[in-house]
Amino acid sequence: MTAQEVLFWLFAAGTVGSAAGVIAAKSPITSAMSLVATFFFLAGIYVLLWAHTIAVLQVLVYAGAIMVLFLFVIMLLSLTDTGLKGPRLTFGRIVGALAAAGLLAVLVASIRELPTDQSAVDLPPAQAATFGSLHELGKLLYGTWLLPFEAVSLLLLVAIVGAVVVAKPRI
Amino acid sequence: MVPIPHYLTLAAVLFCMGMLGVLVRRNALVVFMCIELMLNAANLTFLAFARMRGDLSGHLSAFFIIAVAAAEAAIGLAIVIAVFRSRGTVDIGDIKTLKH
Repeated sequence: MTAQEVLFWLFAAGTVGSAAGVIAAKSPITSAMSLVATFFFLAGIYVLLWAHTIAVLQVLVYAGAIMVLFLFVIMLLSLTDTGLKGPRLTFGRIVGALAAAGLLAVLVASIRELPTDQSAVDLPPAQAATFGSLHELGKLLYGTWLLPFEAVSLLLLVAIVGAVVVAKPRI
Repeated sequence: MVPIPHYLTLAAVLFCMGMLGVLVRRNALVVFMCIELMLNAANLTFLAFARMRGDLSGHLSAFFIIAVAAAEAAIGLAIVIAVFRSRGTVDIGDIKTLKH
């Protein structure tokens, strides 16, 4: 096993394990902390895919900003133990688990249908050295993707205003 | 060299775990966290295919998903606060009507 494979299995096991923690944890705080761990492990996976800029953004935006928002709301509502109450195995839960398992089966079956020779093209060395760098991403972002980029800035503005309007008791 | 289908399978597992959480959990906040898990699975798929094809557009799609997820979290949590203020609960099993 190469170092890359070892790291992949390490990060993959961490991702799946902490994602299971998000679902299974009794208290929302534990869920949130497991989710932070999931984001960090996923950032590691992203680096293995040569997406180091997105990995940094993942840690900054997800593990930093979004999770702080979640923790603020959990503390604001002072939720302690609203997790699993009542019967653990209800009809809805069994159906939900079956639906998720069915979707997983379909997805894995379709991934196996992918042509096997298409595993990661070998980029020319000059392109491989800059693949996923902020410089290359920026050139694309302010060229081909300029309109979506501006649209996202508008979306974020609307989200800020909307959040304030929805959360305030009276304007 | 890890084959790309490994990454895709990991993304599928992560997506299904998020879906399971959305379907099974009753706490609205945990449901939101599971939605974030599903968005991350989509990100991972984009990045895996970007690596497979040597195309940076997948990275920008992931970038936009992160921005949309931030907006979604802000609005969603504001709605959770508003619902908690009027109903006193965030249990989605107890929130059954649109009017109160």
